[in-house]
Amino acid sequence: MLIFNNIPALLVAIPLLVSAVVSIISSARIAWILTFSTTLVCLFMAFELIDIVSSKQTLTYAFGGWEPPWGIAFIVDSVNVYLILLVAFISVIATIYAYTMLAREIAAEDLSKAYAVWLLTIASLFGLSMTGDAFNLFVFLEISALSSVTLIALGAGQDRRALIAAYNYLIIGAIGATFYVIGVGYLYAATGTLNLVNIIERLNELGTNQAAITGLAFMLAGIMVKAGIFPVHIWLPAAYSYAPSAVSSFLSAVATKVAIYYFARLLFGIFINITQLIDFFLLYVLMPVSVIAIFYGTIAAIYQTDIKRLFALSSIAQIGYITFAFSLNSHSGISAGFIHIVNHALIKGALFMAVGIFAVGIGKRATMVSLRGVGRQMPITFAGFVIAGLALIGVPLTAGFISKLYLFKAIFETGNVFFVAVIAISSALSVLYLWKIFEVMWLQEPAQPLKIEKEPTVAYISLWLMVITIAIFGIYSHGVSSSGMLAANALVGSR
Amino acid sequence: MRDNPVFKIVSKILFGPIIIYGLYVQFHGDYGPGGGFQAGVIVAAAYILYALIFGLERVRKIMPNLVIQYIMALGVLVFAGTGIASIAFGANYLDYSPFADKIYKAQHLGIIIVELGVGLTVFAVMLGLFYAFAGFKPKK
Repeated sequence: MLIFNNIPALLVAIPLLVSAVVSIISSARIAWILTFSTTLVCLFMAFELIDIVSSKQTLTYAFGGWEPPWGIAFIVDSVNVYLILLVAFISVIATIYAYTMLAREIAAEDLSKAYAVWLLTIASLFGLSMTGDAFNLFVFLEISALSSVTLIALGAGQDRRALIAAYNYLIIGAIGATFYVIGVGYLYAATGTLNLVNIIERLNELGTNQAAITGLAFMLAGIMVKAGIFPVHIWLPAAYSYAPSAVSSFLSAVATKVAIYYFARLLFGIFINITQLIDFFLLYVLMPVSVIAIFYGTIAAIYQTDIKRLFALSSIAQIGYITFAFSLNSHSGISAGFIHIVNHALIKGALFMAVGIFAVGIGKRATMVSLRGVGRQMPITFAGFVIAGLALIGVPLTAGFISKLYLFKAIFETGNVFFVAVIAISSALSVLYLWKIFEVMWLQEPAQPLKIEKEPTVAYISLWLMVITIAIFGIYSHGVSSSGMLAANALVGSR
Repeated sequence: MRDNPVFKIVSKILFGPIIIYGLYVQFHGDYGPGGGFQAGVIVAAAYILYALIFGLERVRKIMPNLVIQYIMALGVLVFAGTGIASIAFGANYLDYSPFADKIYKAQHLGIIIVELGVGLTVFAVMLGLFYAFAGFKPKK
């Protein structure tokens, strides 16, 4: 069919087109309807892509009919097709959530513009996860950075600190993007091509090449900034804690994940001719950094009193788990990483959604003090919050357990007991901060009697869709785990 | 300074030629140096020059904020719409070949349309940025 052949291009083009239309519509309701139907169409197309990829393995789309390596190509294979589905799924749910939540948190006249930027972010995330061109990736990186900076800055209506957070993200993100593009420059000088598939071939011909290695180093550094990997995560906590809650739940779920996917692809899928160097990087750089990230994020979260900031810090630890799984440098490690990308996106998205509903309910920022006794007043949200929180720890019957299970499996393959201790202790520590929140919300009495404002019913739907998905993926884990395996197969073969 | 007649007359004389030069860069872009981005900036520069001499309000009369927003969106629609049109003709996204019978003619036409979209958006964004900064009043 005509349309189906063009899905990779349409996934970016349709949100882009609709975003231009939405930007000139003044009615927020119509803007939302257009946004929501666009995300639904994208979700449908993402399912179609899975169909296509499972039968054809790799789908290459040449823009403008210019065949790669001359033109820009989009590549969809089993590594990124599930990521595309994840982005599409989360964007549908986050858009439902945004219907009431954005309207309560930002000025009415900004709403339709916000949806236009929202769609632009979605388009750029699809582009990032599909592009097979190193420089085109930089372009999408910039689009996603600028549009998410705008979305984060919209939190200024609630808290002026959002402006500083957005500015920091802009500057640090720009430095990261600069590093990336310098790396692409070196790589282009060495190989004479920007097409990722072609780069692999040229690198094999070149052998060990200093310029290509320098390029890889710069590219990795740039992508690490975007992925929020410790120690270059510093933009992340403030950005996610002061953004409007619809924005934080959407961005925390998928924005960094797309960068992590590309990070993995660079390490395992592109520079396959210098595995020795990559092994060295994984063992002596990424692994220690990930372990520090896990403990830093968890311990900083324990001492945090602002709930949104707490979960942003816990995101750093969770990203640490993902990169730690990658650094094990084995088939099962990489698949554990990809499994956790999906599960963490769902869990953290759900947690931010719940915190946003609490904050709207009590009418001020969610902190350890202001949330006292809220759990009993808002039981529906609290139940969802608890399930998502348990999934974050890794309790059985939730998606988080599956992540930890595959992570342990990958660790046992290495035979190193120390790593078992790392994961076990950090999971135990994460119980601490979650229990603290549960206790504050359920067992403690509020200082003054709580006045709960009218609760956003539509937001419940999206929160519970996420929570139910977490529960389903905890029981029927086959889909997610096989997607992780397939991604690892495509990247490193079944070694 | 603003009341200096030299500025007023020179900017009035230059306004038209700058726009014509912008259009030249726009439509020459497919086989010479130039293109939509440069043309958009040049045309916007004509309006910005006028605003610098005669004040923001007079430019806003001929180019209101709302019109600027519509032009921004229109440019993106022209660009992305061309790609969709390619798909409708059965080719890949932004493949211009089905637009005319000869392939070089088709490429020519496709580039002109796409660059027009780029030019419109860049013009509107440049002017919009200028409005945003020039019209900025700090809240007290």
